[in-house]
Amino acid sequence: MEKTVKFTIDGVEITAKAGQTIMQAADEAGIYIPRLCYMNELKPHGSCRVCTVMVNGNPQAACTQPVAEGTVVKSETEKIQASRRDIVDMLFVEGNHFCMVCEKSGNCELQAMAYRLGICAPKYPYLFPKLDVDGSHPDIFIDRNRCILCGRCVEASQDIDGKGVFEFVGRGQEKRVAVNAEAKLADTNMEVTDKAADVCPVGAIIKKRVGFAVPVGERLYDKEPIGSDIERKKNGKT
Amino acid sequence: MDNKLEQAVKQICDECGNDRTRIMDIVIALQKSQGCVSSQAMDLIAKQVNAHRVEVEGVVSFYAFLSKDPKGKVVIRVCTDVVDRMKGVNEVGQAFQAELGIGLGETTEDGNITLEHTPCIGMCDQAPAALINDEVFTNLSEDKAKAIVQALKKDADPKKISIELGDGNNANELVKSEVKNNICKKGEIIFADNESGAGLKKALELAPADVIKEIKESKLRGRGGAGFPTGLKWDFASKAEGDQKYVLCNADEGEPGTFKDRVLLTERYDLLFEGMTITGYAIGANAGVIYLRGEYAYLRAFLENKLVERRDKNLLGKNVLGKDGFDFDIRIQMGAGAYVCGEETALISSCEGMRGDPKNRPPFPAQKGYLGCPTVVNNVETLSIVTRIMEKGAAWFTGIGTEASAGTKILSISGDCEAPGVYEFPIGIKIEDLLKEVKAENAQAVLIGGPAGQIISATEFNRYICFDDLATGGAIVIFGAQRNILEIVNEYMDFFIEENCGYCTPCRVGNVLLKQRLEKIISGKGEKADLDYLQDLGDSVILTSRCGLGQTSPNPILTTLKNFRSLYEGLIKVEKDIMEPTFDVKAALNDAETVAERQSVIY
Ligand SMILES: Cc1cc2nc3c(=O)[nH]c(=O)nc-3n(C[C@H](O)[C@H](O)[C@H](O)COP(=O)(O)O)c2cc1C
Ligand code: SF4
Ligand code: SF4
Repeated sequence: MEKTVKFTIDGVEITAKAGQTIMQAADEAGIYIPRLCYMNELKPHGSCRVCTVMVNGNPQAACTQPVAEGTVVKSETEKIQASRRDIVDMLFVEGNHFCMVCEKSGNCELQAMAYRLGICAPKYPYLFPKLDVDGSHPDIFIDRNRCILCGRCVEASQDIDGKGVFEFVGRGQEKRVAVNAEAKLADTNMEVTDKAADVCPVGAIIKKRVGFAVPVGERLYDKEPIGSDIERKKNGKT
Repeated sequence: MDNKLEQAVKQICDECGNDRTRIMDIVIALQKSQGCVSSQAMDLIAKQVNAHRVEVEGVVSFYAFLSKDPKGKVVIRVCTDVVDRMKGVNEVGQAFQAELGIGLGETTEDGNITLEHTPCIGMCDQAPAALINDEVFTNLSEDKAKAIVQALKKDADPKKISIELGDGNNANELVKSEVKNNICKKGEIIFADNESGAGLKKALELAPADVIKEIKESKLRGRGGAGFPTGLKWDFASKAEGDQKYVLCNADEGEPGTFKDRVLLTERYDLLFEGMTITGYAIGANAGVIYLRGEYAYLRAFLENKLVERRDKNLLGKNVLGKDGFDFDIRIQMGAGAYVCGEETALISSCEGMRGDPKNRPPFPAQKGYLGCPTVVNNVETLSIVTRIMEKGAAWFTGIGTEASAGTKILSISGDCEAPGVYEFPIGIKIEDLLKEVKAENAQAVLIGGPAGQIISATEFNRYICFDDLATGGAIVIFGAQRNILEIVNEYMDFFIEENCGYCTPCRVGNVLLKQRLEKIISGKGEKADLDYLQDLGDSVILTSRCGLGQTSPNPILTTLKNFRSLYEGLIKVEKDIMEPTFDVKAALNDAETVAERQSVIY
């Protein structure tokens, strides 16, 4: 039999498989820990920090922290939720997000996370950076104004597509997602069928000509808050 | 395609075995020979080492000393650290600009000289200072800057500028630098006379496990800042599975105000090399790497030469000192201008030829570090102490310092004092006593542990430097009564904004927002609510950041908010009524007024 580990999240006892991360165990138990960069099929990136939880009193990213016997994990405390809101606020003001005209609206994880956490307007001043768009590719559009540097495209292209189309360049505030060419996506071997074309949580990498296939109002997060799929598991059980 | 460039790239890559993990060495060499790593060069390197071009670009764009665009044959990097500013670097910088006829970040028309600024280069005790290519120039004045430019205009080789050689090995044929050691106080451990080789011999007589036991008994804790018990770290690495293990020496010394490792590398390299060898023996590693910050490139040839001498004496190489089966050698890995690479997992990323991003933990380096192998990362000073502990025994070591903090600590002291330099004190010295020793009268504030540490006020000068009170990697900067503390805090925030890796949200964005709000207060537009804003935002950044950089970067603000609160409060706008407007109408109209080319009639 597989080795199991028992621990608690906000007082709920959870039995996890040894070697799982807190995030994986929580997902299976139907407890949603807010996250933006993490995606099931990819290596955890640990960059957005939205999934920060307290593990025996120390802050850790739930997506990279392995479960350990007897640990006490706190997730929905007032302090942590406030920090999560701060982070989401930061991501908004760091880019140029115009949800009302963005074709990702309603399917965007950043927007959905803001709603879930109860953010109506960012409390930080906008930084209005100058960022590039790249429409060179026949089927895919890149708008760096909306990029949250989550690393999903980098990892999907490297690990799943085996292509390495994306990588980060620059550091600090100057950090950007770049393509494996002098400048343009059209000069890479990216194809619309690549996994990397499907993973962006926001509207930074989008497919052309399908943006409004599903009308606004009928999109994923128009219907239910982000995380509902995971929470249903728990509700289904009880 | 440019044939010459193709040949140059091929040669450098071949020399590095076309090894993808040695991209750092490749791009550093290319930057040096070509003045840049051009777009074309990136393509060529990628092909040669079987990487993606954008990965090479990712590396080049990460490090301050590497560039895609061509730089002059000579690059002058003026150090704009807080201490250098206190010592007049602004005037020096202006003298450079005037004499060269260019601004910061520009290159002279003939393409010969580029002028830039750079954060702390580890010369605070002889500030203002500048790097010119790999050479270091210290105690700069406006006249000296002018003379340097004139010399460079005649001959664009900074090595040929006449200087007065520094003391000790700074005058060595392979260093030839005007840097001074300024060893102001010698303690019993590092700067005491020792019998070279004795520590290593003793260690090799013991079983590796017993060496670890000795280090554990000595209660040695890391001197790089975090204070982790050294013996325990070694224990993890020695028990971790792996045929290959590594010892990494952290000689990145990037914390503003620190320069003691530079002096140790110059004068006590033997202690360091010996300590690395002992560590290798203890954990079962046969290779060591010294990660030397790009700013200390002027020491490289000297250190390489000392390594050769050790190989000749069988202190390195096969069967070290005749110990059958114990092979150990050391190589030097150069950095290229990135403070975050001092963080141990970022240091490993950099050694692996990648962007200097910290890694996710676990796994910890002791389990899976450099190239996926169990790795010990220790500071220069820690490894040097190891040699002395093996020579004289754990009991001797615990007899120095305090009960909980054994041994001595080397402090780098600079700022407003008469005797800046390096000091070796038993751990547990009181700040008051320290200020007397360095002849700092009139201190208003002391920075302990660099900007990542804390800024304390005179009411706390009765505190002690030790692991359970004021812990520090060794940077102490003294601020006299004439200094503007909030301006200094603001400059330290610039440092973190410039130097964070950008991987995680809170540190990448939060520090920018912190600085913005601090500037609002400094400019006299702050309100009471802004103090809470700084506190809350700072707390969030500390709580959620991914590595030690972000977890400490709000400290300049948060520690002064606590210890110098009246400075903030004195700048806060007091509104007569209760309303506290957060919106500056005048500023918001600025852009519109510029476009419209007229002033608002209402505001
Ligand atoms: C941003 C950052 C910079 C650091 N820079 C250095 C450094 O320059 N030198 C150093 O020894 N440790 C530095 N450290 C600490 C290292 O991560 C690590 O703790 C240390 O090298 C371990 O060695 P020690 O146990 O011997 O101190 C830094 C940490 C952080 C977070
Ligand atoms: S483009 Fe999208 S997937 Fe890629 S890093 Fe930016 S937000 Fe993430
Ligand atoms: S805390 Fe700062 S330096 Fe550390 S990983 Fe995050 S962005 Fe990079």
